[in-house]
Amino acid sequence: MNSKILQASLLELVRRTSCDLPQDVDTALARALTREEQGTTARYALEVVRRNIEIAREKNLPICQDTGTILFFVTGPKGLDQRAFRKAGDAAVKLATERGYLRQNSVDSLTGKNSGTNLGPGSPVYHFHQWARQSIDVRLILKGGGCENVGIQYSLPNAALGAGRDIQGVEKCILDAIFRAQGKGCAPGALGVCVGGDRATGYAHSKEQLLRTLDNLNASPTLAKLEARILSKANALGIGPMGFGGKTTLFGCSIGALNRLPASYFVSISYMCWAYRRRGCLLGSSGKLSRWTYA
Amino acid sequence: MIITTPISEEVVRSLHVGQIVEVSGSIFTGRDAVHRYLYDGGASPVDMRGAAMYHCGPVLVKEKGVWVVKAAGPTTSIREEPYQAEVIRMLGLRGVIGKGGMGPKTLEACREHGCVYMHAIGGAAQVLANVVRKVEGVYLLEEFGSPEAIWHFQVERFPVVITMDTHGNSLHRDVEQASQARLQELLAQI
Repeated sequence: MNSKILQASLLELVRRTSCDLPQDVDTALARALTREEQGTTARYALEVVRRNIEIAREKNLPICQDTGTILFFVTGPKGLDQRAFRKAGDAAVKLATERGYLRQNSVDSLTGKNSGTNLGPGSPVYHFHQWARQSIDVRLILKGGGCENVGIQYSLPNAALGAGRDIQGVEKCILDAIFRAQGKGCAPGALGVCVGGDRATGYAHSKEQLLRTLDNLNASPTLAKLEARILSKANALGIGPMGFGGKTTLFGCSIGALNRLPASYFVSISYMCWAYRRRGCLLGSSGKLSRWTYA
Repeated sequence: MIITTPISEEVVRSLHVGQIVEVSGSIFTGRDAVHRYLYDGGASPVDMRGAAMYHCGPVLVKEKGVWVVKAAGPTTSIREEPYQAEVIRMLGLRGVIGKGGMGPKTLEACREHGCVYMHAIGGAAQVLANVVRKVEGVYLLEEFGSPEAIWHFQVERFPVVITMDTHGNSLHRDVEQASQARLQELLAQI
């Protein structure tokens, strides 16, 4: 692995993620626009969104000023030097911040001081996995604070919702979460959900669900059906773009499941805003970018 | 409809929930640190009477000695709910620009002091950066850092939707109530 080459690849990944939405999200937002009536504030909001995506792409600038938590998901071969990878990733992030692809977004929780570089304890976030291939799969999600703040975790049973420890209970939690978010997570949005796990792995897995494309069919027929039900019911809530009222509240829902303890039953929900910044690339063993993962 | 700062009380009281308007003139960014600072008695470093406070942590880069706005969309407003009413009163604001809406305290302050909540399109950082004609100045930059500082922008036709007005109306309250009723129906069917 060559640190300079790797750093250049990761910088390009950050730039593209911040400035240009993946095809599936772009298409979903275009479809949402056509569903809203002419002359409504919902339609107006989606027209501004449309224009915004185009300007960001043309001018090579961040789609949203909140360039969010920087989440790297790295799957590499046996022996991948994780410390060297982090070093190159940190350098790429620092450079991307200097160039304005990322906002200065990392604040010391005790002193309130902004590091100015996006580097600091827990920032950026790296999740490393291993596979049998020689190449390195890197995926990046930039997740803004507005949508992160409306994420929520339920512990079942939940008496207020009448939600038990079953798939119906899970469905109730998810609908409640969408209602609570209203427009605050920058609707229309998409959900990543994890059923089960512990409190930490549940949230982590819910974020990994956001790596799936919107048209990806869930391998579990039970969860695939639940995803479809959630999408249609969420849009019946009428919250709409920005919470102005309207037909599209949600344009994606991806649900995964982890085993749980007999005593625990968590439903962890991560909300992703319309500026669903998800990109990925495949790197050769030198760190050179060989191809993009998402269209 | 275009409204220009300083906004008069007459103009602000003529606005209604659901209207799409464009703001031209002076707006000032201010988010968590600024609201807390002003609420705790910190002096405002700049006169904002008649202008709008913009809940925004922009991305700016200094190019050849000049500040250039790279991205400037709204941040979630509800975090300022404990402070906003007092800040509207103290500064004489006619507009609060943000996203996601605010609560009953702010709505009451809008009615009492003559101010509206202007909802910008969340995430539309480029559309909104594009209407900033000039960066007039920056305050509290050292103290709070770039995203939390007060940036004084001259804007031209900054697009917003009025979602809380001086007549006690709130689109956010209405949508929440309607969707609450729908949610109860949906939960009962499961």
